[in-house]
Amino acid sequence: MYSKKLQSDLSDRKKKWNAVAEKNRKSRSMPRFFTVSGVDIDELYTPDSIKGAFDDNHYFDKIGLPGEYTFTRGVHHTMYRTRLWTMRQFACMGTPKQTNERFKYILAQGGTGLSTAFDLPTLMGYDSDHPRSLGEVGKCCVAVDTLADMEIIYGDIDLSKVSTSMTINSPASILLAMYLAVAEKQGVPFDQVRGTLQNDILKEYIAQKEFIFPPRPSIRLVTDMMKYCARHVPQYNTISISGYHIREAGATAVQELAFTLADGFCYIESAIAAGMDVDEFTPRLSYFFNAHSDFFEEIAKYRAARRIFARHMRDKYKAKDQKSWLLRFHTQTAGCSLTAQQPENNITRTAIQALSAVLGGTQSLHTNSMDETLALPSERAALIALRTQQVIAYETGVANTIDPLAGSYFVEALTDKMEAEAEAYFAEIERRGGVLQCIEEGFFQRELARSAYRHQQELERKERIIVGVNEFVLEDEKVQIPILKIDRQVEKDQLAFLQLVKARRDNGAVQASLAHLGEVARGNGNTFEAIYDCAKCYATVGEMCDVLRTSWGEWVESASAMAAS
Amino acid sequence: MAEKIRVLLAKPGLDGHDRGIKVIAAAFRDAGMEVIYTGLRQTPQMIVDAAIQEDVDAIGISILSGAHMTLFPAILDELKAKNSLDILLFGGGIIPDDDKATLEKMGVAKIFTPGAPTEEAIKFLRGAIEGRRTQEK
Repeated sequence: MYSKKLQSDLSDRKKKWNAVAEKNRKSRSMPRFFTVSGVDIDELYTPDSIKGAFDDNHYFDKIGLPGEYTFTRGVHHTMYRTRLWTMRQFACMGTPKQTNERFKYILAQGGTGLSTAFDLPTLMGYDSDHPRSLGEVGKCCVAVDTLADMEIIYGDIDLSKVSTSMTINSPASILLAMYLAVAEKQGVPFDQVRGTLQNDILKEYIAQKEFIFPPRPSIRLVTDMMKYCARHVPQYNTISISGYHIREAGATAVQELAFTLADGFCYIESAIAAGMDVDEFTPRLSYFFNAHSDFFEEIAKYRAARRIFARHMRDKYKAKDQKSWLLRFHTQTAGCSLTAQQPENNITRTAIQALSAVLGGTQSLHTNSMDETLALPSERAALIALRTQQVIAYETGVANTIDPLAGSYFVEALTDKMEAEAEAYFAEIERRGGVLQCIEEGFFQRELARSAYRHQQELERKERIIVGVNEFVLEDEKVQIPILKIDRQVEKDQLAFLQLVKARRDNGAVQASLAHLGEVARGNGNTFEAIYDCAKCYATVGEMCDVLRTSWGEWVESASAMAAS
Repeated sequence: MAEKIRVLLAKPGLDGHDRGIKVIAAAFRDAGMEVIYTGLRQTPQMIVDAAIQEDVDAIGISILSGAHMTLFPAILDELKAKNSLDILLFGGGIIPDDDKATLEKMGVAKIFTPGAPTEEAIKFLRGAIEGRRTQEK
């Protein structure tokens, strides 16, 4: 990219420069210059910091143009000049009825995308009347026991006109089946159903820990559903492969990058092994990353992710359709970076994190509210969070040109470094027997625990400063955040409704469909079709999960996965 | 030398966010305590049974899901029912100030909230356990 003459001149000039700089280095403003992830950063980056920068082919081999291979600069030719990123704010809305009202309000305001989040019992495959659900029903978002709840949530909403994202993992097939059953009742053909399911079970074992079944049957659930959707629900995004939770659980930026992409490759290999063609399903996969506070490290992470994915898809998995080479991603700012102390500072943190996601070329973005360390967001805080994105989009000018940090010696060198370190992790994962083996043996879990503990130690030794927490502290600060409390009545109402549905449904049909699901689960048929039959006759999430628990067992973390570091 | 402090750590309820409790486990271990982490989705009964069996000085739990007003009292009840209130119960998580006050009044020895350094938890536990041991003598 640069001339060979520059290479030799640079070497001479840097020696002279260094002689002067050395005199100034005696005093330093910080004890160590390193990223949030613990990566040491050089004082200065120049063209010779970029490996291969003096080779003729370097630009097109490593960087190239947006919308073209290597896709480092972005997945579209024109990026934000033709379409800004989608400002997608994830929200919790309460009971099925309140959720439905909120959805109708969003649609009346011109919104077209709905986001559904579920309470912990639903996420864990327990009905609202299960003893383990006590105290958790409707707490962190909406409770779904049967199709009847989904009929209320999406009542009077034309499912051919909206796209719905559902944040659900272990029982994802069950919730999608219920959603499709609502569509069928509305007379909406499945090929018009659009939306995204999180459905990323691998990161549950690694990070968020909302798993039910062991990894291998869980992967079968996913591939069965991918198969069904590729044939019948072609516009549906079947998995959102998530690094977000991996980062929140303590990962460094490189670990987030490497483990997320490794998970993605694991799904792709599983689908290929199940007989699917790589180009049949890969374009329906998308990614979900975290935007943490270390500005340049995050930008380099997104750029490296696109480059790594494109190369592996083209060269390793032999995908022919260019759409299979594109890593499209959603970003959420880092919840774990927010502080309970001086919460207004979180607005600043979120703005800088969001800016990194935009400069990194995200397709959609959620900005956190300043009060989220203590509660579900207040309306005012949620509005500020959305406004933050709008300020970035319309006032700062950063969307005027594509990938504006390309060619920065620092950003390019950091992008290359993260790519190389991710490749080293891929090699280690393979040496350890692959992603599933690494999960079973607790490799990822230990890596995360170690990073999280190191981060905490750096904070406590004040090698790392968090404003308002370990420096610039306000003595006797009283945090004034209004707390949204969920009424106990929500739980009682949900239980009463579940009893009613159970009394009214055709229990013979429920038992027959559940028995069939058990046979399929223990055999080789497509589990998704069997789940769909159960969902349609109002079998509960818990009943279906119990059949699968009986067939496959439940996952319990091994001692090595639970190790503190 | 005083006997090592033995502490059982666990995640009750359905919430799987275990970053915090693992950091605490590592910090307690490095501070010279004996740490038994029993993992995720432990019922109050499982937690108290394990604490009695392991003969621990204290139980520490972490809850980030909002179910703390159900789970802390349930563990206290279980301790009471098994005549084991000599085991200290403390915890941490996303717990609003007024709930924290209510729980501490109920008999939870201490609630730590976001941003608390591990050093604070270590100091608290040492003080509380040594205080109890002196009383026993």
